[in-house]
Amino acid sequence: MVDQSDWRNGVHLDKNAADMLREVGNIGAAHAATALSEMLRQKVTMEVPWVEFIPFDDVTEILGGPEQVVACVYLRMLGEVTGSIFFIQTVPIAKQLMSLLELSKDALAPFSDMEVSALGEIGNIMAASYLGSLSDLTHLTMFPSVPLVAVDMAQAVLNVGLQQDNPIGNYALIIHTSIHHHLASEDAHLFLLPDPGTQEALVRALGIEGLA
Amino acid sequence: MMHKVGMAEAKVAGAGDSLRTLGLGSCVGVALYDPIVKIGGLLHVMLPASGGKTELPAKYVDTGLPYVIHLMKDAGAQTRHIIAKLAGGAQMFALTTGSDIVRVGPRNVEAVSQWLQEAGIPIVATDVGGSIGRTVELFTETGAFSIRTAQFGERFL
Repeated sequence: MVDQSDWRNGVHLDKNAADMLREVGNIGAAHAATALSEMLRQKVTMEVPWVEFIPFDDVTEILGGPEQVVACVYLRMLGEVTGSIFFIQTVPIAKQLMSLLELSKDALAPFSDMEVSALGEIGNIMAASYLGSLSDLTHLTMFPSVPLVAVDMAQAVLNVGLQQDNPIGNYALIIHTSIHHHLASEDAHLFLLPDPGTQEALVRALGIEGLA
Repeated sequence: MMHKVGMAEAKVAGAGDSLRTLGLGSCVGVALYDPIVKIGGLLHVMLPASGGKTELPAKYVDTGLPYVIHLMKDAGAQTRHIIAKLAGGAQMFALTTGSDIVRVGPRNVEAVSQWLQEAGIPIVATDVGGSIGRTVELFTETGAFSIRTAQFGERFL
């Protein structure tokens, strides 16, 4: 059993656990790529080069610092494991995805209502695909709420994940994702932050216990 | 010299130094200032109520404000001279259902305002609410409180 202090000190993923989580990510990514290809009406492929657990407070470092402006889709994770899900891209990368939809002509203009709505839908596809794959593996029901979108400083948007009074140093599962389409290959990130109280169920179902 | 104040932290400075905290969303940055001794305190508070928790006092409004005022008094400030400026408390994600989780920003601002009012500390300026992230810095030489946003640049309170 993983006690709270172990979890807070860091979950060291051994190779098997990391491979398994990456495989869950790749299955989810394949589903997401199919859905995204339909939405964008062109071939999109996706892969998950790696996954990791890091303290949620350090997540902004991956994104370029607390003040880095990012395009963020926020969804609640509902079901037997509850929590927060963030699908985050840098603004130029989000704009490039929008250009595939022929929504964005100006990479510097603020996001239009149509773009915000499209971003939300893309985040929804990503979250639903990944949670579906994670549900299959763990036999725990997990599904996303409706997506909410914000474009602003990384720390300001991520803070919504701490409003459940998560302990400081709580860990987030980060699924690094590469999205390939005819214009470019892009990096996006999916963050899962389980609520306090349900994270143990997820860790146990994943068989990560006892790996420290 | 600039001192960084992290999430759920409070720090006090004087001698012309400044205190800065980055990327306030629903969190509130409470700048407290004693203009007589030029000592400032900055609190980056995340949630309205501690519910009796004592670790990380600066995380919650009801424990964070007494904590930062205590630090300021230790540094030579007097409660009756202290004035307050507030920034943050945004609702980063616009939502129609109005669930509690997205409204924590306004609830934080309300809790801070009420606590300060009861303590007799005047709030002289605010830049709160909306749906924008803010980086703030308190300059102890003048008591000026800078607010920086991604969209609108910098302004001073």
